[in-house]
Amino acid sequence: MRVYAIKLKTAINESGVKKYFTSDRTNSDPCRFFSIITVNPMNRLDRLEAHSIYILREAYKQAQPLAMLWSIGKDSNVVTWLARKAFFGRVPFPAVQLDTGMELDEVYAYRDKYVPEWGLDLRVIDCPPESEMDPDLPPMTRSAARKSAGLRQLLEQGKYAGIIVGIRRDEEATRAKERVFSPRSVDGAWEFRDQPPEFWDQFMTQPPPDTHLRIHPLLHWTEVDVWRYTEREGIPVNSLYFARDGKRYRSLGEKNITAPVDSDAATIEEIIAELETTRTPERAGRLMDSESEDSFERLRTSGYM
Amino acid sequence: MNKAIKPAAPVTTLSAAKEQLRVVIVGHVDHGKSTLVGRLFHDTGMLPEGKFEAIEEMCRRRGMPFEWAFLMDSLKAERDQGVTIDTSQIWFNHGEREYVLIDAPGHREFIRNMVTGASNADAALLLIDADQGVRSQSRHHGYLLQLLGVRQVAVVVNKMDLIGYDEEKFHAIEQEYRNYLEGLGVTPTCVIPISARDGDNIASASDNLAWHKGPTVLGALAGFAPPLGNEDAPLRLPLQDVYKFDDRRIFAGRIESGRFKVGDELLFSPSNRTAHVASIEAWNTPAPVTQASAGSSVGFTLDEQIFAERCEVVSHLDNAPVETDVFHVRLFWLSARPLKVGDSVTLKIGPAAVRSTIEQIERVIDVDALTDRSAESIARDEIADIIVRTTQLVAIDPHQDLPRTGRVVFTDRHETLGGGIVSMEHYPDQRKMVTVRATNVTAEAHRVTTAQRVERNLHNPGVLWFTGLSGSGKSTLAMALEQRLFDQGYQVYVLDGDNVRGGLNANLGFSPEDRAENIRRVGEVAALLADAGVIVITAFISPYRADRERARAAAGDGFHEIYIEADLETCESRDPKGLYKRARSGEISEFTGITAPYEAPDKPNLVIDTAAHDINTCIDQLVAYIAENFRRS
Repeated sequence: MRVYAIKLKTAINESGVKKYFTSDRTNSDPCRFFSIITVNPMNRLDRLEAHSIYILREAYKQAQPLAMLWSIGKDSNVVTWLARKAFFGRVPFPAVQLDTGMELDEVYAYRDKYVPEWGLDLRVIDCPPESEMDPDLPPMTRSAARKSAGLRQLLEQGKYAGIIVGIRRDEEATRAKERVFSPRSVDGAWEFRDQPPEFWDQFMTQPPPDTHLRIHPLLHWTEVDVWRYTEREGIPVNSLYFARDGKRYRSLGEKNITAPVDSDAATIEEIIAELETTRTPERAGRLMDSESEDSFERLRTSGYM
Repeated sequence: MNKAIKPAAPVTTLSAAKEQLRVVIVGHVDHGKSTLVGRLFHDTGMLPEGKFEAIEEMCRRRGMPFEWAFLMDSLKAERDQGVTIDTSQIWFNHGEREYVLIDAPGHREFIRNMVTGASNADAALLLIDADQGVRSQSRHHGYLLQLLGVRQVAVVVNKMDLIGYDEEKFHAIEQEYRNYLEGLGVTPTCVIPISARDGDNIASASDNLAWHKGPTVLGALAGFAPPLGNEDAPLRLPLQDVYKFDDRRIFAGRIESGRFKVGDELLFSPSNRTAHVASIEAWNTPAPVTQASAGSSVGFTLDEQIFAERCEVVSHLDNAPVETDVFHVRLFWLSARPLKVGDSVTLKIGPAAVRSTIEQIERVIDVDALTDRSAESIARDEIADIIVRTTQLVAIDPHQDLPRTGRVVFTDRHETLGGGIVSMEHYPDQRKMVTVRATNVTAEAHRVTTAQRVERNLHNPGVLWFTGLSGSGKSTLAMALEQRLFDQGYQVYVLDGDNVRGGLNANLGFSPEDRAENIRRVGEVAALLADAGVIVITAFISPYRADRERARAAAGDGFHEIYIEADLETCESRDPKGLYKRARSGEISEFTGITAPYEAPDKPNLVIDTAAHDINTCIDQLVAYIAENFRRS
């Protein structure tokens, strides 16, 4: 915390967030424009946001053509919001939904409401049917693999150099090993044993030929960060995340392979309080993860997000 | 299937987001990192439900003692060879903070992973095995942490149980490692004896180690200072992109240090243009933004349309970055392909990317012994000091002044090759050389033409630019040559180092910047004299290639670079002015060839080897060269 003696009016403008400031004078004070105030230079959400914006701008500059996967869940909604922050209100690349036709109704309703409102260039990819998936996979993992197949279809169609994906390191163990810019072969294969070094925010922006980049602007966020940011920014929240009849969705997936968890959290504040005490993993309701010991790893090495 | 999760207590207001501290854990492969983290989670009550019991049951079934490392491994789903494959991160709450524990693996390719894991860390826990003592890798870790800029290091001496919790043995290890770190200029925040397996000094003080007066591991974590803000440092805003989505032209980038506000005059480097901030652009903020500081990703517009692009760095006019095309890098090399002198690589300085050449490998550093040796190439995982030359001027900072804009990354097409920190030792800031202050200037045309001057003098004009070490014979040859050419009827004049410093350049000293200005003025005067029809001979060490290139640019076609070559040993034995002796004794601090670099010409027009030939032979060579190139046909 730093203390500055500056014009109060300017001080409020310069950071824009009033709650960072305390004033020791009231408005009736004749010297009200000159006041001692305390400025917290940048809080945690500011830092997370600034880093994500940096990553998105790098992606936009370096990985064209670029597209963003929009699953319409809480994380990719935050990514969409961050893109609007980075590019001053617009999302200058397509938002792609890998649609299995199996999303919950509220997910489609959310999409249809906010695509026009946010001015998104929406592309919907119909994922190939389950019958075309690897029969060796356990049933629910197989169902989830439809999205990897849809993504491959997108890549073949659009020849994208970069795909923005809203995964986070704290979600799941194999995602903890991810790079911010992660090169993938066309079939999406991920060589997590031989990843490029990534340091000082210098990303591998020029992958070898026949590969594309997965770009992960949310990698350094936690689940609680996502909710705090959603609250601070006033990002619309899908009602499925709030508890109804003692259950809520903590993570949104297809209705055949996702289950709500027991919860009474009916507001963002309550969700945050719940997350700060829970020891249940976020993806507990994503049934394919726990189908077999290496389900998620198998999905990811073959191109899943 | 899912247990009920309920808020612990009714919540009325949103609690503030916790401060986050990123801590990298480094150590040799068997020194107990996983055990330490497993124990830390358990002792602070952070383990997922049922995890401890599951591991307990697994160990019981296998008939082995409880293995804490399995906890960490199961948290990370590690199933391969018992070593961490790549950097992974675990979140951990304690007290008022959230810690991100970054595991930097200790196996063979540890440097690449450690660089990835540690480069963003605010602090480090460095593990040493008490039974094995300080190992080569322990020193390597310490060195890299220092190079990567991780300033807070707590040293943890694990497996104290194996040495009977012996205080003396601990102090011997502590002293050995403190001495090593001291050689790097690093002081550890603390050195803690622990036994991770038994929980000694992890979360609570151990009775076995009652003699230890310092903190526990948890105490060491709590004692780390939060990351420092850079907002009081000079402004550095490397441009990432320029957007023209609508009628606004928005410059975008992240402030690496300092702050700025609407109305500030900003300097763009290396183009040296200036403009004022018209607005700071932002979306979805409660109030217009008029000021921004370090860490923010911002967008702003200017009061006039100047051309600036991604390679530029924005600063204020005061405390601007250095502009140069040559600098030192202390490098860590990650590629399997060795780096050699003359190699061409792409250098990334923040968002800027520029082609560059490896000019010299100064030394390869033995991280174990902290000694160095000369080398022809740099192998993977080696650390070396090199000199890099870029194909164009770049804006950069010495790392010791501003770390975030004083570091570079080497890439080549699809590979990140290595990284390093920048030093400008002995090299001048070239900004003044390229800054044009005089505007509204219109040149008048002479009525006497060059052709008329040549007609009268019977020879072409030009500049014979002698360069070479002190004592190589530049002045001696220049004066003898002037005499010979004058006798043959040439219009000729020598500009000599000490003579010029007596008048024209009397106000210049011997700093790298003043040396560069000295040469710039000589180059301009030589060009004027050549324009007057004269053959100008200059006799200056002129050690920097960039300075000579500027002199060439001033004189144009008539510029002839002549390398007066003699090895350092020969020059030092001649020592006509006793300067080498004074440099060796330390009386002269910056002396070319001894303490300051000499950049030999790349493609000189003529080389005169004064070590191999006597003066007369050398003069004959020069006269022949002039007859061939200057005499009017």
